[in-house]
Amino acid sequence: MDFPLLSTVLLAPLAAALAICLLPRESRDQIRMIAAGTMTLATVLTLYAYAAYDTVEGGMQFTEEVPWITDLGVTYALGVDGISLPMLLLTDVIGLASVFSSWNIEKRTKDFFVLLMVLIAGVTGTFIARDLFIFLLCYEVVVIPIYIMVLIWGSTKRVPKEYAGIKLTIFLLMGSAFMLVGVVSLYIAAGGDSFGMEALAAAGQSGVLDENFQIFAFLLLLLGFGSLLSMFPFHSWSPDGYAGAPSAVSMIHAGVLKKIGGYGLIRLGLLVLPLGAKFWAPLIAALAMVNVLYAAYIAMVQKDLKYIIGYSSVSHMGYVLLGFAALNAVSITGAIANMVAHGIMASLFFSQIGYIYERTHLRSVPELAGLAHHLPRLTVGFMLAGLASVGLPGLIEFVPEFTIFVGTLSVYPVCAFLAIAGIIFTALYILRMLAKVLFGPRVERFAGVPDEQGADLVPLLLLGVFLVGFGLFPELLMGVIRSGVTPLEPLLAQLSAAPAMLGGGF
Amino acid sequence: MDFMAVQTEILILLLLLSTLVTDLAMAKGASRRPVAYLTAAGLAAILAHTCGLYHEGASPVFYMGLFLADNYALFFKQLFLLGMVFTVLFSLDYVERCLPHPGEFYSLLLSALLGMCVMASANDFLTAFTGLELMTVSFYILVGFRLSSADSGEAAVKYLIVGAGSTAVMLYGISLVYGAGGSLDFAAVSRNVHLFTAVGLAGVVLVMAGFLFKLSAIPFHMWAPDVYQGAPTPVTALLAMASKAAGIAVFMRVIFTAFPYLGEFMLPLLKTIAALSMIGGNLLAIRQTDVKRMLAYSSIAQAGYMMAGIVAADYFGMKAAMFYAMLYVFANIGAFAVLSVVDAERGGTSRRHVTGLSQAAPMLAAVMTISLLSMAGIPPTAGFAGKIYIFTATVERGNLWLAVIGFVMSMISVYYYLQVTKAMYRDLEPGEETLAEPLPVPSVARAAALVSAAATLAIGICPESLAVLTNFASQTFMQ
Repeated sequence: MDFPLLSTVLLAPLAAALAICLLPRESRDQIRMIAAGTMTLATVLTLYAYAAYDTVEGGMQFTEEVPWITDLGVTYALGVDGISLPMLLLTDVIGLASVFSSWNIEKRTKDFFVLLMVLIAGVTGTFIARDLFIFLLCYEVVVIPIYIMVLIWGSTKRVPKEYAGIKLTIFLLMGSAFMLVGVVSLYIAAGGDSFGMEALAAAGQSGVLDENFQIFAFLLLLLGFGSLLSMFPFHSWSPDGYAGAPSAVSMIHAGVLKKIGGYGLIRLGLLVLPLGAKFWAPLIAALAMVNVLYAAYIAMVQKDLKYIIGYSSVSHMGYVLLGFAALNAVSITGAIANMVAHGIMASLFFSQIGYIYERTHLRSVPELAGLAHHLPRLTVGFMLAGLASVGLPGLIEFVPEFTIFVGTLSVYPVCAFLAIAGIIFTALYILRMLAKVLFGPRVERFAGVPDEQGADLVPLLLLGVFLVGFGLFPELLMGVIRSGVTPLEPLLAQLSAAPAMLGGGF
Repeated sequence: MDFMAVQTEILILLLLLSTLVTDLAMAKGASRRPVAYLTAAGLAAILAHTCGLYHEGASPVFYMGLFLADNYALFFKQLFLLGMVFTVLFSLDYVERCLPHPGEFYSLLLSALLGMCVMASANDFLTAFTGLELMTVSFYILVGFRLSSADSGEAAVKYLIVGAGSTAVMLYGISLVYGAGGSLDFAAVSRNVHLFTAVGLAGVVLVMAGFLFKLSAIPFHMWAPDVYQGAPTPVTALLAMASKAAGIAVFMRVIFTAFPYLGEFMLPLLKTIAALSMIGGNLLAIRQTDVKRMLAYSSIAQAGYMMAGIVAADYFGMKAAMFYAMLYVFANIGAFAVLSVVDAERGGTSRRHVTGLSQAAPMLAAVMTISLLSMAGIPPTAGFAGKIYIFTATVERGNLWLAVIGFVMSMISVYYYLQVTKAMYRDLEPGEETLAEPLPVPSVARAAALVSAAATLAIGICPESLAVLTNFASQTFMQ
C-alpha cells in the first residue's frame, strides 16, 4: 500500500488547524466547512481502511515507518490491527460528529476549531502509533487543548468550570507522570534501544523482563491508564470534567479519549507485561466491580444530565476493566467492543444533551419535561443512546456486554454476577431519566424550542447509523476485533494456566 | 599561543568596545536604538561565525591549556549568543521605555556575555573564576539598572551581598583545592591523590557550593526569587537562561575533568540537591502570583532537572543536560519576550497584568503557553523530548527514584504554569473589559517570540538535529 492512508488521517486535522489559523476571525462559515470537510475525509479514509482490512491475515496493516529520533530508537511507525482499527473508526466518527455538535459556537469560533482539530489529531495518533514515544507524544498533546477549551467554552454548574478543567488536567497529568516513569524504565529494561511496541512486546514475552519488574512496571502503567479510564478511585475527575466541558469535548473525552486507557492496558499492559497483568488482574477485577456498582449507584441520585452520563460512563468502564481482568480471548474481545459501543453511545448522549442545553440552557432533570412532544428528533437520539446504554438487543451495547459476561463468568463468577446485577441499576437511572425528561405531560415553555435540523441532525444520524448498524450486524465489529485478539490466544492460554498470584479468584 | 582559540571572545570584546564608542558618539538624549541594532547584528554575525568552528580532533588551546576551545565550550557559547541576540531583540522597546542609559545597558550585556564565554572554555580554576566574576559583576549592575525602581535596587543589593558571599566561599574552596591538588589545572588536580585528603575534600565541597549558588539550586536558592522579580525583565531572562547555562557549563566541566574520581562522595550529595531542587522549586512556585517570581522558582526546579542529568555522570547524562539547557533557552525567550511587552505596556508582570492577553494579543498568549508547556515538559514542545533524554539517562544509571520525582514534579508544575494560561484565557469579569483591548506589540518582539515558539515546537517534534549536535559535543568532550 503506497498511499500513506494513516498519515493522512493523522495529519489532516493538523493541516486543517493550520489552515484555520490563517483564516480571519470573522469567516466562521469557512472555518466550520474546513473542519467538517477534513473530518469527513478522515472518516471516509478510515471507513475504507476498515473495509479493506484483511481479517484473515490479521496483524498490523497499512503500516508506515520512518526513522524519527535515531539516538533514542524512536520510529514514526503507524499501523492498525484488529484492536486499534475499531478505535480509529470510533475516533473519526465521533470527531466528525463533534464538529457538527459545535456548529453553533459563535464565541471565538476560530480558536475553538483549531483546538478541536489538534485534539482529534492527538487522539487519532495514540491509536495508530506503533511506537511508544509517538503514543505518549500524541496522548499528552491532547491534555492542554482540553483545558483551554473547558476554560473558554465550558459551563459552570455545580462546580466552576475553572475547577473542573484543572481537576481533569491534574488527574490525567499525574496519571501520565507514573505512566512516563513506567515507560522509561520499560525502555531501559528492554535494552534501551527501541521504543517500538513490537520490539518491547517481544522483549516482554521472551523473558527479557523479569517477573518482578513486570509487576512493578504494570502498576505504574495501571496508575496512568487507570486514571485515564476513570478506574476507581481515580474516577472523580470524569463527571466534573464532562459537566464543565463544552459538548464537543465531552463527546471526544467520554467517547474516545477515555478509551486510550483501556487500549493502553491491552496494548502495553497485556502484550508487553503479561506477567504484570496476571499479577494485578484480581485487583483490577475488584476495582472494576466498584466502578460498575458504586458509579451506577451515584448516577441514580444525580440531577444534572451530564453528571448522570458522566457517572454512567464511569460505571460502563467497569465492564471494560472486568473484561480485561478476566484475561481470556472472549472477555478481551468483549472489552474492546464495549469501548467502541460505549464511545458511540456516550457521545450521542452528550451531543443530544449539548443540543438541549444550547437551546434552553437547562440540563437538570427536574427542570426538563415532556420534550418528546416538541422535539421528536432529539427524543429519538436520547432513546437510542439510552436504550443502548441499558443493553437492549439490536443496539450496539448488547453483544459486547454479553461477550464480557460470557468471558468473565468462568474466571470471576462472583464479579460477573454482580456486574450483571449492575445492569439493573443502569436500567433504573437511565429509564427514569428518559421518562422524566422526554415524556410526561406537554410543557408549554418548551413549545418554542426548535427541533434538530441541518447541522444539528448530523451527530444523531451519524452516530445512530453505527449504533443500530453494529447492533444489528455485530459481526461487522466483532469480526475485526476477533482478528486482533486471536493472535493473543497462545499468550492468554499460557497466562490462565499459570496460578493466580494476587488474592486468587473471587 | 593560538589566538584562534579565543577568536569568539576577541570578537565579542571588539563589539563591546564599538558599542561603547557608538554610544559616546551619539547625541545626548537621542534614541539608542542604533546601539541595539549594532549589538544584535554583531552578535548574530559572531553566532554565524561560530557555526564554522566545530571540529574533529584536537581542540585549540590558549595560554598553556588554561583556555580550551572545544566543541563543548562552543556549544555553550552558541547557546549564550543565541539567548543574548534574542534578548536584545525582544527588549528593544522595553529598554527604550523603562531603562535609563540604554547605551551602557548593551555594553554591560556584552561584558556579561564575555564572562560566560570564558567560563564555558575555562580549563582551570582561576580562568573559571575570572569568567564567573566578569559575568556576575556585570549582572550586579544590570539587575539594578532600573534606577527609579526600589525593587530593582533591592534586588541588586541582595544579589551583590549573596553573590559576594558565594564568591568568597568559592575562592576559599579553590585555595584549598590548590593546596591539596598542587595545581589549578582541572586535569592536573584530578590526577593528584592528595585531593582525597580532608583539606582537598573540603575545598571540593566549597567549590561546589559556589557553583550551586550560581545555579540557584536548593539550598542555595534564596537570592533567586527577589532578584528575578526585581531585575529588569530582559535581565531576568538572561539570569534564567544564560547565567544558569554558564553555571551548568563550568559545573559539568569541573565534575567531569577535575573531580571525576570523587563520584562516590559527590554523587549522593548532588542527587539529593537535584531532588530537593525539583521538589522545592516546583512546590514553592505554586503560591506565586507574580509571573517573574514564579519563573524564578521554576528555574530552581529546572536547575534540578539539569542536575538530574548531570548526576547520571556519563555521556548520556551530559548530552541530556546540554539538550535541556538549549531548549530552556528557547522556552525562556518566548516567556520573557511576552513578559517584556506586557511589562512595558501594562507596567508589571503579575498574573493580573497578563489577564485577558488571549484577547489583547492572541499571538503572545499562545507563545507564552507554548513556552511554559515546554518548561513543564508537555509534548509536542521541546521540554518533553528533553525530559525523556534526562530521565532515560537517570534511569539507566539506576536512579529510578530521581526519575519518579522528576516526572511527578513536572506534572505538578503544569498546575502553576496553567494558572498563567488560565489568567490569559479566562473570561473577563465586569470591569476588566479594558484588558481585552488590543495590545500594541513591537514587530521585532513579535518576531522574536514567534521564532522562539517555532523553535520550541520544532525541537519537540523533531529533536534529532539538536540531539546530533549535543551528541557530537559531548562525545568529543569525553574523548
